[in-house]
Amino acid sequence: MIAPHGDKLIERVLDDNQRGDIIERAPGLLHIRLDAGSISDVENIATGVFSPLAGFMGREDFHHVLNQLRLSNDLPWTIPIVLDVDKSEAARLKAGSQVILTNDESDPVAVLHLEEKYDYDREEMARKVFGTTDAVHPGAAKVLNMKDVLLSGKIDLIQKPPTPFARFKLTPRETRELFKEKGWRTVVGFQTCGIPHLGHEHVQKSALAFADGVFISPVVGGKKRGDYRDEVILASYEELIKTYDLKERAVMAILQMEMRHAGPREAIFHAVIRKNFGCTHIIIGRDQAGVGNYYHPFAAQDIFEEFPDLRIVPLFFRSFYYCKKCLSVVNETICPHPPPDQIHYSGTEIRDMLLRGESPPPELVRPEVAKIIRDTKNPFND
Amino acid sequence: MDKEFTTISIPTSLVKQIEESIQGTDVSSVSSYIAKIVREALSKKDAEPDVFSKEDEEKVKERLKALGYID
Repeated sequence: MIAPHGDKLIERVLDDNQRGDIIERAPGLLHIRLDAGSISDVENIATGVFSPLAGFMGREDFHHVLNQLRLSNDLPWTIPIVLDVDKSEAARLKAGSQVILTNDESDPVAVLHLEEKYDYDREEMARKVFGTTDAVHPGAAKVLNMKDVLLSGKIDLIQKPPTPFARFKLTPRETRELFKEKGWRTVVGFQTCGIPHLGHEHVQKSALAFADGVFISPVVGGKKRGDYRDEVILASYEELIKTYDLKERAVMAILQMEMRHAGPREAIFHAVIRKNFGCTHIIIGRDQAGVGNYYHPFAAQDIFEEFPDLRIVPLFFRSFYYCKKCLSVVNETICPHPPPDQIHYSGTEIRDMLLRGESPPPELVRPEVAKIIRDTKNPFND
Repeated sequence: MDKEFTTISIPTSLVKQIEESIQGTDVSSVSSYIAKIVREALSKKDAEPDVFSKEDEEKVKERLKALGYID
């Protein structure tokens, strides 16, 4: 089994006694309300998804990540995991104290063992992480709107946030046990934010030609208007796995996380996360984690050159299309036919067909998957 | 924050060989080359096995069964 990132799987979920103790003391502690993205971060830290992070980053790690794409101990890490508060909130907090992190309903989610408060430059953070300070970029826009002060310190999860997708939610500890039970020595991670088309299926099955199993991992949460609803994505993948995959070679579990849209930096982050789940390989597609035209289509693949010490092996796939002459899913490295013979997998076109109530052709989307989407009253986020 | 570096010594003949071998590649300097090789070598060391008690393992298996992931 591949070792977790940093060789240690973090687990910081309080047991019943510890939970009772902190809830009893909670009214006497200062509280900070988290947004949905930070709540996901807290849960991912506590359950080992972000191993070896045990909490929100301090100043030293933050600057190492911005400037060197590594933690201060040289371990690859490309996305700052930070907690921002405004100045007045920061002024109330003392390093060394415990702070209760709550959700919107003021329910305690976690306890922060506050170590440090520090200033930072939002524009520098946006420029270095996203390569732009353009407020049209969703990741940069979020950073530019962050509050003035960052807090660092280890966290302990008081209770896992509720999710309507609990039956698809596994921790790295659980997926590692699952892969062991299945006897998989090599596992390919496949991350997705949308419904499966035949191009996706082809990539997964190509990887299965040499790996023991595929771990399909839809990202849940933080979707934009017009994106497929999470429940539609899960139902369509469930149908695909049931109908077209060997049950013993494919599993699906969600990743509750806000996409940052940081392109190449985020591709490395995805690799680290899949490694923590126990994947030995990860599929990196064209423009993975990109948005608009901010990144070169293959920047998310090229960046892996800089990380020979990641251990998880990236599998780079180009774009696939269906060739009417080859009668199969191919790409330009194996198909000699010209563009008129090619049907490309355009998510926008597939979405438009579905919006018009049409069924995409079976060369694009499996009929069973198309039916799931058509049968859903409103498959897209409002 | 500036990058933190230190100096190490290697034979100059080796430096010349590295300079020749990285010409025309994406590697920008001998230092980058050495850092890459060292990181690669260090990453191959075996990690300590993660200790997981039998009781915890059984709990995880029960949950996986309940969710339908294993029979």
